[in-house]
Amino acid sequence: MATASCREFVIDHVADEVPQRIAAALEPRFRVVQETRRHTRQVWLDTFDWRLHAAGLVLRQMTGPGAGELVLTTCAGETVLSQPLATGSTAIGGPAARRARWPALLSAIPDGPLRDRLGPVIEVRALLPLARSEGTLTQLRVLDDELKTVARITVEAASQAQPASGPLPPRLLITPVRGYSAAAQRAARLLGAADGFAPGTEPAFAAVLAGAGRAPGDYTDKVGVTLPPSTPARQALATVLLRLADTIEANVGFVLRDVDAEFLHDLRVAVRRTRSALKLAGDALPAGLADRFAPEFKWLGDLTTPTRDLDVYLGGFGQMTERLRAAGPGDLEPFRAHLTARRLAERRKLVRGLRAARFTTLMADWRTALATAAKPPRPPGRKRAGPAGPDIATLASERIARAYRRVAKRGAAIAADGPAGGPPAEQMHALRKRGKELRYLLEFFGSLYEPTALRRAVKDLKGLQDCLGDLQDADVQQHALREFAVQMVDQPPGSGKPAELAATLLAMGELTALLHVQQDRARAEMAGRFAEFARAGSLRTLGILPGTAQA
Amino acid sequence: MKVFATYNIKGGVGKTSAAVNLAYLCGEDGYRTLLWDLDPQAAASYVFRIRPRVKGGAKALIHGARPLDEAIKGTDFDGLDLLPADFTYRNMDLALHRAKRPTRQLARLLVPLAGEYDVVFLDCPPSISLVSENILHAVDTLLVPIIPTTLSERTFDQLTGFIETLNGHRPDVLAFFSMVDRRKRLHREIIERLPSTRPGIAEATIPAMTLIEQMAVRRAPVAAFSPRSAAAQRYRQLWSELRTRSGLPDRPLS
Repeated sequence: MATASCREFVIDHVADEVPQRIAAALEPRFRVVQETRRHTRQVWLDTFDWRLHAAGLVLRQMTGPGAGELVLTTCAGETVLSQPLATGSTAIGGPAARRARWPALLSAIPDGPLRDRLGPVIEVRALLPLARSEGTLTQLRVLDDELKTVARITVEAASQAQPASGPLPPRLLITPVRGYSAAAQRAARLLGAADGFAPGTEPAFAAVLAGAGRAPGDYTDKVGVTLPPSTPARQALATVLLRLADTIEANVGFVLRDVDAEFLHDLRVAVRRTRSALKLAGDALPAGLADRFAPEFKWLGDLTTPTRDLDVYLGGFGQMTERLRAAGPGDLEPFRAHLTARRLAERRKLVRGLRAARFTTLMADWRTALATAAKPPRPPGRKRAGPAGPDIATLASERIARAYRRVAKRGAAIAADGPAGGPPAEQMHALRKRGKELRYLLEFFGSLYEPTALRRAVKDLKGLQDCLGDLQDADVQQHALREFAVQMVDQPPGSGKPAELAATLLAMGELTALLHVQQDRARAEMAGRFAEFARAGSLRTLGILPGTAQA
Repeated sequence: MKVFATYNIKGGVGKTSAAVNLAYLCGEDGYRTLLWDLDPQAAASYVFRIRPRVKGGAKALIHGARPLDEAIKGTDFDGLDLLPADFTYRNMDLALHRAKRPTRQLARLLVPLAGEYDVVFLDCPPSISLVSENILHAVDTLLVPIIPTTLSERTFDQLTGFIETLNGHRPDVLAFFSMVDRRKRLHREIIERLPSTRPGIAEATIPAMTLIEQMAVRRAPVAAFSPRSAAAQRYRQLWSELRTRSGLPDRPLS
């Protein structure tokens, strides 16, 4: 049921007169009949990190008197899928979609083609209401001389309802019926030649979002800072850190509302990157700044760890139960209940911490300090001009080289131990941390390097990091399973049936054994992965190491 | 993707009326539906106001010079597309005869549409020919309209006898009484008797009604322009039986 491409126009006419104007523009070649005209409220939805937009999709909830639907279109306006909202009717798509309260996870959309289409795109992320508009939607049909519909026209006269308010210019979307593109193009040409119909330069959703003060892609979890190579290191580093502070603050409100687990993840990554920047290049900041703030960011990182760990457990619970062979999936249900209860308790602590003055003060003081550091230095010769310090290209190359040497040294030592028995998990964990530090430096200062070389270097490192990640995850999860088992046994008498508890503990034992196998497999792979990383030598051969930053 | 065909050796028994209405109801239920008008008389294309013309004709479609999906047209109804008839379909037998495995060509042509459609209806020309054999190999369920007369009964037996001679895939056959006039004693008697002696006859019967003939005047399925009429209700009942019998899932396939 493919559809051909649509054409959009912005209309400079009084909304009520638009259907007549369209009919006049298309006569005598086409006849225009009005199909429906209804008042609608629209909620424009996407994930916080714009996953639908990145996939070229736009999702709207459209509601009117007694009816409503979720409509998925391409960015160009072509309908991909729609799903009716609950009105009491029983559509074939199973129970009609109940009007969800946004933000909501994928589970708010009932089982059906729309959910199937959205699932792989949004995954675990919640759909957020980005903007709301309200107005009249008129559907017209364009008929040829056989009175066959060759195109559909939607006229939208809406006002921005939230977060800002104000009228939006009426818009017209002409969509060809399949097999009638030529006729629809002719109709579009006739409209374009008529007074008051100007071709739309941006899609409708972009105009609505602009009215809401948003732009597609205005949030990303990437560092994404462009640094001229000659920027003083202090200023460049402060700019990177300010960007990370933005990420922390952009996510914190959603973490407090528990919208989806990825907000906490993004916040944690930004905190971890901040800590790494302070550790690896903090000496480029004004004296004492890194020492003053490093413990505070450690506190913030530690505050978020228990909830995140439990999020990971609960998020992967389905996969975990699928791996069981001896135990039944139901045996782990008490474990899931235990994890859910623990998460609730840990989240309370997290929320208390993020609402406490310590966090607010930290972020305010941090921003003030960074704003000062990010100012360009006084020109030489002026009174009180300080030492200029290195430029960011020099500092970046030096620090990346140092981080690389650390990974190479630790990796070589571990690889030399061989897979038999293998080195202790602590050594592997330390190598992973060094690898992460190298990765973060590449991300902070990526704009200084040739993009293909950078991608290659990150890819080489990723192979090693993924292996180390599997190894550490398996190790951490085995320890955590033991702790959880103790906690469950320690529960007050009468809080569960002994037989049920025994079945759960046995299933957890099976999980531990499976994790042990996973850990052994990753350990066996580690030496090979490190050899690949060292052999690729992309940091050196592709021009990332000292003296090769672009001037 | 399920493939259904309305077929009878005889003409004028209500094949096109059934195909048009069942395909419309299928699309209305949310299944992505295609109706292929295989009859060079192009009655189904006419009802949907679509010009009966396919560039390159039957030959281009069968020999792959023109992919099937390029010839598809959207109808005025959501969820329902139509592959129009073409006058060259009258020579389709010749084109099929020249192809390798001449009795499997329609089945082959439909394969690429499986990702795009949940259901395909074939509105077939009357006759027993190479086209008919292709249809029997391609479809999951063959819908056979029978006018309740002795000769129609005999033709139905000829058809089921022919299907039994097929090697390999044999379609399920669902016959239904069409153009029923309950004022006629013979119609009443055959409707009473035949289902007990022949398997695969639908409970739904389609009456002979002026409203159904009006489709050619209104140029739309009766289920669309008169959805509450008795005729539309009968087609709806037949669709429901077909859906259940063919094992279509309650929700669209994708």
